[in-house]
Amino acid sequence: MRFLVKRIALMIPTLIGITIISFTVMKMAPGDPTSLMTDLNPNMNEEAVKRIRAHYGLDQPWSIQYFKWLRNMAVLDFGRSFAPDNRPVIDKIAERIPITLLINILSMVLIFSVAIPIGVMSAVKQDSMFDRVSSLIVFIGFAIPTFWLALLMMILFGVKLDWLPISGFRSLNYSHLSSVGRILDIGKHLIMPIFVSAFGGLAGMSRYMRSNMLEVIRQDYITTARAKGLDERTVIFKHAFRNALLPVITILGLSVPGLIGGSVIFETIFAIPGMGQLFYQSVMMRDYPTIMGILVIGAALTLVGNLLADLLYSWADPRIRVSD
Amino acid sequence: MFLNEDFVKRIRRNRMAMAGLGIVAILFCVAISANQLAPYPPSRIDTANILAPPTWKHLLGTDVLGRDVLSRIIYGAGVSLSVGFVAVGISTLIGMILGALSGYYSGLIDRIVMRFVDVMLCFPSFFLILAVIAFVGPSIWNIMIVIGVTSWMGVARLVRAEFLSIRERDFVQAAISQGASDARIIFLHILPNAMAPVLVAATLGIASAVLIESGLSFLGIGVQPPDPSWGNMLTEGKDNIEIAWWLSLFPGMAILITVMGYNMLGEGIRDSLDPRLRR
Repeated sequence: MRFLVKRIALMIPTLIGITIISFTVMKMAPGDPTSLMTDLNPNMNEEAVKRIRAHYGLDQPWSIQYFKWLRNMAVLDFGRSFAPDNRPVIDKIAERIPITLLINILSMVLIFSVAIPIGVMSAVKQDSMFDRVSSLIVFIGFAIPTFWLALLMMILFGVKLDWLPISGFRSLNYSHLSSVGRILDIGKHLIMPIFVSAFGGLAGMSRYMRSNMLEVIRQDYITTARAKGLDERTVIFKHAFRNALLPVITILGLSVPGLIGGSVIFETIFAIPGMGQLFYQSVMMRDYPTIMGILVIGAALTLVGNLLADLLYSWADPRIRVSD
Repeated sequence: MFLNEDFVKRIRRNRMAMAGLGIVAILFCVAISANQLAPYPPSRIDTANILAPPTWKHLLGTDVLGRDVLSRIIYGAGVSLSVGFVAVGISTLIGMILGALSGYYSGLIDRIVMRFVDVMLCFPSFFLILAVIAFVGPSIWNIMIVIGVTSWMGVARLVRAEFLSIRERDFVQAAISQGASDARIIFLHILPNAMAPVLVAATLGIASAVLIESGLSFLGIGVQPPDPSWGNMLTEGKDNIEIAWWLSLFPGMAILITVMGYNMLGEGIRDSLDPRLRR
């Protein structure tokens, strides 16, 4: 409990830092947000521009603007979108978050369930054929641009073989499907996006698991376990594997920003209406309030991911709690 | 200094490093001699050959305007090389300065810099880059700067760690006791000895900068058409995905090979610098 309180207290300066950087980014725009509405509008005179600037508080000094913005942020008020719908930014984000989280969580599950066995196998059979082949695939995995992988999969499975839909989140006849059919429909649409978003992580995670495992196998307690005559299976799975798994929890937290950031690319390619696609659309039409909202929320989600990973780690490894 | 004879001997025997170096060297030659190598000018429109599949006339096919894909890939090499080098130059410089200050002075400066690193790492980097580009506008220079400014954190941490350990070594303590100035100790005594991991990080950093640039250009907020970049060529590939696979396949392969080249070189350098680190 004390650990939890301490961890949360440590988050506050980071959170403030996030808002300062976001605010700085916002202020980098040449001119200001109102120029988008005023520059090309022939009905604007100087008086009207001034009124608009005053309305948005842009005539005040930066520090005041920052604290006002911070106050709004604290109650999750990100203002209204500049997009034609003019809806509150928080509503637009809120309806998009679930699908992005769903895809990210599923791809995380995929990463863990595939990468960990591969990593362990490669380490246990170091320099075997399996190890070499998986190392090669991992190496390609690090270098492959995810959007290109997405394109190739779309060509193969979508266009040539026609097995999977290449865009969207559900079919046009979705509303006519039974509930089982609906789940299958969404599942079919999500196979490629999840695979694509997991691919990079797969490479990293299996490599990481492999090196952890190699590290642990060299430890004295593994030699001890072998020396007392335990069979290799017990040594590997009971003694080595569980210790090698611990640091992976940290990676869980560290991989959150990469996954969230990656959602921009695959959601745009596969036309999935998630937070990444919203972000891309906002960037393209310079919808500043939405950009800022997603930027801050994305960073905050990362912070929460790190916190969860830390808690999980301290729960799994008593040494952390004791030394703290 | 780390570039001693031993290192050179080891890296020449390292097959991965040499293969990576080979790929990178070829890319350099291609980029520099694009004018001579490319069979066609990159923007020449050939209305008689629109979306032509690979043939002897156009080895890798043509795009929607009948432009030769091979020529555009060759010209794109220069873009990705320059973005990679400039962006990594910027990030390495920032990372070294902040890391050195943080590791040498410790105390308050260290706490502030490391907090700054933590905060920067919280942003999904692609979000941050896109947001900044949205505000400052897309251009090749802006992309280089933005990628550089958002990817220095790893180098800063590395350099700080090196500084913390090297500062305690005898030769540095001797310099301090002789009354050498801070600047002299930082630049003359510690920094040269802290360069090895920076070199590895920079090489790997170029690979990731190339990936980011291609992603941005693919999304239409990087290098702007008609300038050829591997990323924006893939945008056309996506637009014509049902009819022209060659527009998707070849530019992506160029990215893959380039990134693999830098990764191999970086890993090879790491192995040669310190064989104990080999995994």
